[in-house]
Amino acid sequence: MMSLRSPLGRAIGLGSSKEGVSHWWWQRVTSVALVPLSVWFVFSLASLAGADHQTVVEWMRSPIVASLLIMFVLTAFYHALLGVQVIIEDYVHTEWLKMTSLIGLNFVTLLITLVAAVLLLRIAVGV
Amino acid sequence: MTPTNRPLSPHLQVYRPQLTSVLSITHRATGVFLALGAPVLVYWFWAVADGADAFAASQEIFGGILGRAAVFMWCYALFYHLLNGIRHLLWDAGLGLDIPVLYKSGWVVVAASVGLTVFTWLLGYAARGGAG
Repeated sequence: MMSLRSPLGRAIGLGSSKEGVSHWWWQRVTSVALVPLSVWFVFSLASLAGADHQTVVEWMRSPIVASLLIMFVLTAFYHALLGVQVIIEDYVHTEWLKMTSLIGLNFVTLLITLVAAVLLLRIAVGV
Repeated sequence: MTPTNRPLSPHLQVYRPQLTSVLSITHRATGVFLALGAPVLVYWFWAVADGADAFAASQEIFGGILGRAAVFMWCYALFYHLLNGIRHLLWDAGLGLDIPVLYKSGWVVVAASVGLTVFTWLLGYAARGGAG
């Protein structure tokens, strides 16, 4: 079989760093986790429709619910980051604008993820 | 190499929309729309954490006609992206890549996403006790 390695790659002689599929892989791992998490999240919110503040707080303070909500936020926001990153890379062709958008996307996603985690923990411990 | 000016494929202006291509771009569109929902979700967490007044204000927003329309679209977008995402995972496993199966699974995604959205809203209205 013909080798698929580039002449330069063969000359340098280093192996694969095995991180080439990292982005693709984490997009899939988070999507698998999000199948049960997002179904649980949507049906939980639907069954809480019209509930008063007390009921919602009591639901969110249960250790299981609080943990699942934090898991959902971490997984969903990371999945969204990976997805929007690809869209920016596909459609933004001006180099400085692409880089600025990608860095901004990382900052904004990290910020709202931390805010969400702090709020969920605050509700869970009741302060 | 000298760059050529040949048209790039797919040349969207002359490309007839097909179920497969429409579902593909819808997957992206629903993904972006769901990502825009992230800060809204964080606002709702803040409202719950802040207390009864902030929570009541958020209920006012999400319960209004615009709020309900937005939540409805987020609900549909989530089910669509979820089901079509499962379709993508099956493709990654090498399953269902024949054209007839591809079309069949596409229509399943369309029908099931509508069905699950309607079911979720019936569940929501039932939880409210039919008060609307």
